[in-house]
Amino acid sequence: MSFAQPRSLEEAVSLLSGGAATLLAGGTDLYPAHVGKPLPRHVVSLGRVTELRGISRQGAGFRLGGATTWSEIAAASLPPAFDALRQAAREVGSIQIQNRGTIAGNLCNASPAADGVPPLLALDAAVELASANGTRQLPLSEFITGYRRTARQPDEILSAVIVPPSAGRSAFVKLGARRYLVISIVMAAACVEMAPDGSIGSVRVAIGAASPVAQRLPQLERELAGLAAGIRPSSRVATRHVESLRPIDDVRAEAWYRRDAAIHVLGAALDRAAGFESS
Amino acid sequence: MSGVSFRLNGRNVISASPAVTRLSNVLRDEFRATGTKSGCDAGDCGACTVQIDGELACACLVPVAEAEGRSVVTVEGLASNTSTGQALQDSFLAQGAAQCGICTPGMLVAAAYLLDHETAPSRARIADALSGVLCRCTGYSKIVDAIVGVASAPCNVATPKAGKAVGARIARLDGHPKVSGREAYGADAIPPDALFVRAIRSPYHRAGFSFGDLDAFMAANPSIIRVLTAADIPGRNIFGVIPPFADQPVFATGETRFRGEAVAAIVGERSVIPDFDEGSFPIVWTERPAVLTPEQAEDPSAALIHENRPGNILVRGRVIRGDTDTAIAAAAAMVEGEFSTGFVEHAYIEPEAGWARRVKDRIEVTVSTQSPYLDRDDVAAILGIEPDAVRIIPSGCGGGFGSKLDLSVQPFVALAAWLLGRPAAMVYTRPESIASTTKRHPARMRSRMAADADGRLLAMEFDGTFNTGAYASWGPTVANRVPVHASGPYVVPNYRAESRAVLTNCVPAGAFRGFGVPQTVIAQEQMLDMLALKLGLDPLDFRIANALTDTTPTVTGQVMGDGVGIRTCFEALVSHWQRARREAVAFNQGQGRKRRGAGVAGMFYGCGNTSLPNPSTIRIGLKPDGRIALHQGAVDIGQGSNTVIAQIAADALGLPLACFDLVAPDTDLTPDCGKTSASRQTFVTGKAAELAGRALRRAMLRLGNAGDDAKLDIADGRLIVIEDAVVRALILERQTRDAHGYVLCAEESFDPPTAPLDADGQGIPYAVYGYGAHLAEVEVDLDLGTVKVLKITAAHDVGRAINPVLVEGQIEGGVAQGIGMALMEEFTPGRGENLHDYLIPTIGDVPPIESILIECASAVGPFGAKGIGEQALIPTAPAILNAIHHATGARITRTPATPDRVRAAITAMERP
Repeated sequence: MSFAQPRSLEEAVSLLSGGAATLLAGGTDLYPAHVGKPLPRHVVSLGRVTELRGISRQGAGFRLGGATTWSEIAAASLPPAFDALRQAAREVGSIQIQNRGTIAGNLCNASPAADGVPPLLALDAAVELASANGTRQLPLSEFITGYRRTARQPDEILSAVIVPPSAGRSAFVKLGARRYLVISIVMAAACVEMAPDGSIGSVRVAIGAASPVAQRLPQLERELAGLAAGIRPSSRVATRHVESLRPIDDVRAEAWYRRDAAIHVLGAALDRAAGFESS
Repeated sequence: MSGVSFRLNGRNVISASPAVTRLSNVLRDEFRATGTKSGCDAGDCGACTVQIDGELACACLVPVAEAEGRSVVTVEGLASNTSTGQALQDSFLAQGAAQCGICTPGMLVAAAYLLDHETAPSRARIADALSGVLCRCTGYSKIVDAIVGVASAPCNVATPKAGKAVGARIARLDGHPKVSGREAYGADAIPPDALFVRAIRSPYHRAGFSFGDLDAFMAANPSIIRVLTAADIPGRNIFGVIPPFADQPVFATGETRFRGEAVAAIVGERSVIPDFDEGSFPIVWTERPAVLTPEQAEDPSAALIHENRPGNILVRGRVIRGDTDTAIAAAAAMVEGEFSTGFVEHAYIEPEAGWARRVKDRIEVTVSTQSPYLDRDDVAAILGIEPDAVRIIPSGCGGGFGSKLDLSVQPFVALAAWLLGRPAAMVYTRPESIASTTKRHPARMRSRMAADADGRLLAMEFDGTFNTGAYASWGPTVANRVPVHASGPYVVPNYRAESRAVLTNCVPAGAFRGFGVPQTVIAQEQMLDMLALKLGLDPLDFRIANALTDTTPTVTGQVMGDGVGIRTCFEALVSHWQRARREAVAFNQGQGRKRRGAGVAGMFYGCGNTSLPNPSTIRIGLKPDGRIALHQGAVDIGQGSNTVIAQIAADALGLPLACFDLVAPDTDLTPDCGKTSASRQTFVTGKAAELAGRALRRAMLRLGNAGDDAKLDIADGRLIVIEDAVVRALILERQTRDAHGYVLCAEESFDPPTAPLDADGQGIPYAVYGYGAHLAEVEVDLDLGTVKVLKITAAHDVGRAINPVLVEGQIEGGVAQGIGMALMEEFTPGRGENLHDYLIPTIGDVPPIESILIECASAVGPFGAKGIGEQALIPTAPAILNAIHHATGARITRTPATPDRVRAAITAMERP
């Protein structure tokens, strides 16, 4: 058995080069997956890799260290385009979970209901993967490849989330069957950039828990661009925009309902991002 | 060995556990700081919440290595390491914020964090701050009150004087250990040298199995010292809470009948058992076709689950009165409906746990239980020894709600300790607890109900099918209680109610707060609304007009004679009802997608066993030092019997409560007070305590040669008897003592007077019923089908509120469970065996609850008191469902009313 606590990313990736170790960040997914079972025998813990933590400017955009916690994101001073991400940060599990859970862990766990994914898709975020051979970047939309599957290789660490400059304002809406501590039935994030005349300039909108991987809705985005001032974007969201989704039946809801509710949740997120009061 | 050093509550410690070990386990197992509780090991319940460098964390998600160099504060260190820890602990105790107490440490740690950062937080901020900790007992209200109370003013609780204990709002007498973290629950006082036991359980609903080479397995795993199977059981491999129906094996033989059934157990050192890789156990499973619903089980082609149960019918129940067909044919209005409910999980925050040790030819089992004497008799039969060779010592119980009436860890730990001669312990994981322990019965109910043109109920018909799972458990009790209660608290001259419990390959369904009645009212109270609407009557007026009275017969032909408070409960809601209906109608004038509604529901519920003996016996002794020993065998699972029984005994005896020492439940030390179930402890054990208190009083008066009107006191080891200004003092040390070492002792029993039910269910099933009515106000999102409960107003006739704080606590907790049952809780065997898929209400899901206590005394109960434990939950769900209908026009016939079901019902209505 081994439990390594590297102090640098370089050291961490070198420990992974064998490929047999399990990465541990906040532990909020790893421990629940091992209730009453043996814990992994070889663990590389990222808790002491300080360079993986924190939020910094990167060019005109931002760099979020992979081990940045949800609480740190919620408390960070960030532009309005990050509002959805910060709102999502307050909805991930509980305060106890938000204090431990990391953004990289959320992405690498690749749950269809990961609350971090839609806001980051709406920010056009990319992920940085580090290994002993160097780093590479992938758009987030290419990183998560399926239900609990990602493009991360066993010797790679998701070292940062890279967010390009974004001028808009965003909002996150989560639908669950109880008030707190709940896995989403569906959730949506929207980022809206207004044109100077008050019409909608551009929109990026993503829906989660309604398909194996959260996804952007490009047709809806195109249709909303140019929407005149004073018109609620929710009035334009229709069944056709969610027909491509492939939600599942599970203990939380039936598939038809997820598709149905997605329309309303998308509308609510878009309205808020566009500056409308909740209806 | 990690050698991790950190500060624990201000003290430097060094851990020898592997670095990856959960911090919660290190705190509990290595440093014996067992105030930090383990409820799920998955971050879902928050019971293990601690502060790490001043930030909240679930200790179950933190590798101990991450604590290196940090400061960890647990409930044990809260008073000295946070600014408000002590004040919070005092306030929790004073306000009744701790019931079973298992969530209390996590709540306190989270609250202390909040108050270290904000001095006077709003109730909304408090909810946000505590949202990561689940409570299953309190409904959260008194927890929030306690935190608000710290910020506003310190609270003092006066000790009542002699004769003033009944009715006093005193803090629970057993509360200090619950708020300090010292209370020892099932997993908290396991001896360090104990072996651990782990069951090997069926992964299939039904399966054949054969063991591989167990000797080779043992040889390859030297830390496993024994494998137990059915062949190792010295006595009988059968147990069950109702002896004539006992049918459940400790270890299945031949085939398993449900997913989660044990076939074997491994016993070994603590270091290896909890994390044992079950996949390495040598067993071959053969999955077989299973029946999971009554429809499947009753199909003539279905295999019999038990050979002696033809048609897979466990038991039937019925109550018949008058002629329903004729009455319905002549009625002015008739409604009919079909309703169904799902499995509901008890979801106490403490999973099953306990340990046993062999003491020569006796076995002692310390366990989280609701029924020590039932446990004793079953453990004795399994070990093949006499019942008096078994001692059951109930540990602190972190929630029961009915499921801890049945055996869980008891036979495993008893068998291992008996055979191996070393203490043996077992702690269920959360998935194991959910998969293998009893649930609320799913019900499928059909009903017809009719009334005359004046709104007088004429007839009800009820046909209920209950999925009782693979073994009997409390299925017969549910099947018998349901037809007695399916009328609700109304006068129904023509009545036909039939029930049957059907065996399936599901986890056994057993007792859960209400024994089938909470399901029944979901049909019956919605039907009443449907009938009132059809007649154009106000639903509350309709109920008042048909409510039972002291002089009208129940459907079993019983006339109570006194203490029938249902009409008073309904009348207490009238002004609230009128306001709520008016406000909802006004709100709905708006154009938004939200609609509000108000709904009402009533209930009655018989206290104690149905037409069967269920005596309690209380012993009270006067000690030579002048203290009073109260042998109180009613297990306090959070509801408050340790306090309530003492309050009753004190006033019956006529001495201050402060004179009493509690002798806690223990089958060697306390006479049998039966089980903590059926809302019977305040009523039955309370009556026994009243009788014993009065008997001891008489004996003390005789000792002082005084008459009945004399006053008693005890001071400085003397019994003081004051009569007509004559004071006599007896030095107690000089008196002779009985076999218990007491100067005087009284032991009295009480068994509620009932009479058997005949073939049509006519008779006297209960000596007393509790009554209640709830008003629910809700807001429904029409687009999403989500339901937010805005307020519950709960009127309950408890006969006499022995301790109003505890009564309110029962009501608030019952309402919270009712909200869960109404809106979110459903277990599907094999799916979601955890507390993030199985949802119970969080602090944000329970609205303000206004309790209205009605005291229509019943002469048979102690000081007029009746039960409240189950009554509190029963009307909540139908009141909510009626409110949803009022808000939307949609009738929900399948619970829980999850967003998808509510949305479907609304959509179906929109599409004519």
